[in-house]
Amino acid sequence: MEQFLTFVRKEFYHIFRDRWTMIILLVLPIMMLILFGFMMSTEVKNTRFAIYDPSRDAATQGIVNKISMSDYFIFSGYLDSPEQVEEVFRSGKIGLVIVFGERFYENMMHTGDAQVQLIADGSDPNTASTLTMYATRLITLYQQDVMGEMKIPYQIKPEVKLLYNPTLKGSYNFVPGVMGMILMLICAMMTSVSIAREKELGTMEVLLVSPMKPIQIIISKVVPYFFVSVVNLATILLLSVFVLDMPINGSLGLLILISLIFIFVSLALGLLISSAVDKQMVALLISAMVMMMPVMMLSGMMFPLENMPLPLQWLSQIIPAKWFMIAVKKIMIEGLGFSSVVKEFTVLSSMAVILIAASVKRFKYRLE
Amino acid sequence: MQSFQNPTENEFAVSCQSVSKHYIKNSPFEKLNVKALENISFDVSRGELFGIIGPDGAGKTTLFRILTTLILADEGTVSIEGNDVVKDFKSIRNEVGYMPGRFSLYQDLTVEENLNVFAKVFKTSIEENYHLIEDIYKQIEPFKKRRAGKLSGGMKQKLALCCALIHKPKVLFLDEPTTGVDPVSRKEFWDMLKRLKAQNITILVSTPYMDEASLCDRIALIQNGSFLKIDTPKNIVNQFPHELWSVSSDAMSKLLNDLRKIPNIRSCFSFGESHHVTLKNKDWSVDELKVVLEKYEHTSVEIKVIEASIEDCFMDLT
Repeated sequence: MEQFLTFVRKEFYHIFRDRWTMIILLVLPIMMLILFGFMMSTEVKNTRFAIYDPSRDAATQGIVNKISMSDYFIFSGYLDSPEQVEEVFRSGKIGLVIVFGERFYENMMHTGDAQVQLIADGSDPNTASTLTMYATRLITLYQQDVMGEMKIPYQIKPEVKLLYNPTLKGSYNFVPGVMGMILMLICAMMTSVSIAREKELGTMEVLLVSPMKPIQIIISKVVPYFFVSVVNLATILLLSVFVLDMPINGSLGLLILISLIFIFVSLALGLLISSAVDKQMVALLISAMVMMMPVMMLSGMMFPLENMPLPLQWLSQIIPAKWFMIAVKKIMIEGLGFSSVVKEFTVLSSMAVILIAASVKRFKYRLE
Repeated sequence: MQSFQNPTENEFAVSCQSVSKHYIKNSPFEKLNVKALENISFDVSRGELFGIIGPDGAGKTTLFRILTTLILADEGTVSIEGNDVVKDFKSIRNEVGYMPGRFSLYQDLTVEENLNVFAKVFKTSIEENYHLIEDIYKQIEPFKKRRAGKLSGGMKQKLALCCALIHKPKVLFLDEPTTGVDPVSRKEFWDMLKRLKAQNITILVSTPYMDEASLCDRIALIQNGSFLKIDTPKNIVNQFPHELWSVSSDAMSKLLNDLRKIPNIRSCFSFGESHHVTLKNKDWSVDELKVVLEKYEHTSVEIKVIEASIEDCFMDLT
């Protein structure tokens, strides 16, 4: 036991005495979360919009007011002719142009066929569709206001309600993703690099020619990084709740439990990598390429899995981060209990068991 | 009579029988089968200081790794203190101390922390075996709060030796412990080995420095994965079959070329300040060679008859 504790302490010395290790372990997660938090959000706020309005009547004025009043848009000015539309888009300051038809109010009241055109910059399709969606909604709202006064008898009013995320906050999707990514990065990369370093510096040779059992070496390598990961988990959760306004609707205990299982999976993955490589650089590259990319691409964090070709969807089944993300979303946002995440728990737990078994089995107690 | 079947097995601290090792080197174009060790056999008695002397790439490190159970030999058997390196590698790992060729301690840990880690790895404490390392550790103790990476080469090796010794091993394997160490520290290092030998620890040491050979009880000369000779340094020197001359003049590099042109010269190697020469025809006298060299326009030619060193023997055997 004393042997084990000394070894764990030694591992902590390695972490605390290397400035770059410290930065990667403790500052990087915070930076990543904050950066992704404000970068990857799909929310569009304070977009400038311009109007081409040949009618200039009460209705168009009402719509423009309605749109300007919202958080999403800032009124920038009227255009004199339709030819100016392209010009303003080229200047890059305008995100949306609204073009009204002639005699808008009259048409609306009498023929019921008033025309309005929304023009957005399609080179960024996500933003463009979000903007047009917001604007359409605001126009519909205005229409309902007006029609409500008129009391037109027949009307279908679709009321859209976005469950769990009524205001369409981007952070709801990416926080679980970033959590998965950071924990994966820290656990897998740092453990694999730290074992590769012992091999590279030749200390592994000395450790092998000692009474220490392979399993002891492995566990004493894992323990410090497990602690660091728990610290990171706490920071991430605190930041998500207090800086990015994420709710924790479900049980905090359950959330921590699934995170701990996921940390184990990542640590085991790191051990598996380290059993295959001898150089720190290679360990770093493999962790970055083989794990970061699939975690980002195939976990549903950036792109919806449902739209992917089938083979990629199959591949995504073996990405631990995918299961972790699903479980975290269910617990954190939907507030579901244990019975709804049994599947994710089972998958992650069996992954942990298989990976740890594989890395212990693969650990070489000789040099070749 | 079963127990007497192998009576020699336990007499030796290290017993190595016809060990061979090949590496498969994967080059992009072909698979190369590189021979690292070829039919190596030797025994080391308890308490002996055994040196393995040979140039870089001769196979010293491979041999040490086989002896310390780190890699497996293709052929042959090795036993350390009666334990087989393949079957009983666990018990061997409890009993031996190993100091690899390159500095392999934790650079970011202090001297004291390094020693403590290795003591604990071997389930002992610094206090328990302090008497073993006392002589060595005293020299680095003033720097015990210094990180190991910031020590000088000689101090690093002393610390590594302390770490390899802290669990009182029966057999100590030192792979090139004095490579890259200054001459004063090298001498100190060998003095320490002598003191350890007095504690009845079997020591196997490898070195590329031929001048260190005479400090061992017995040595094995290794070249290209084969042992050329195993004997005491004295016997090896005494068995040198030729008369050896040391030759010098004002133009040393021209002298080497000229000497090699002379038909009666058997071999000629540069040894620092002079060239060492052996002859084919033993009837030649020193003066005769001097006359020949003066024809080659050499001035202040000096020729002395000298005794062979281990290095001369090594050159002669290869």
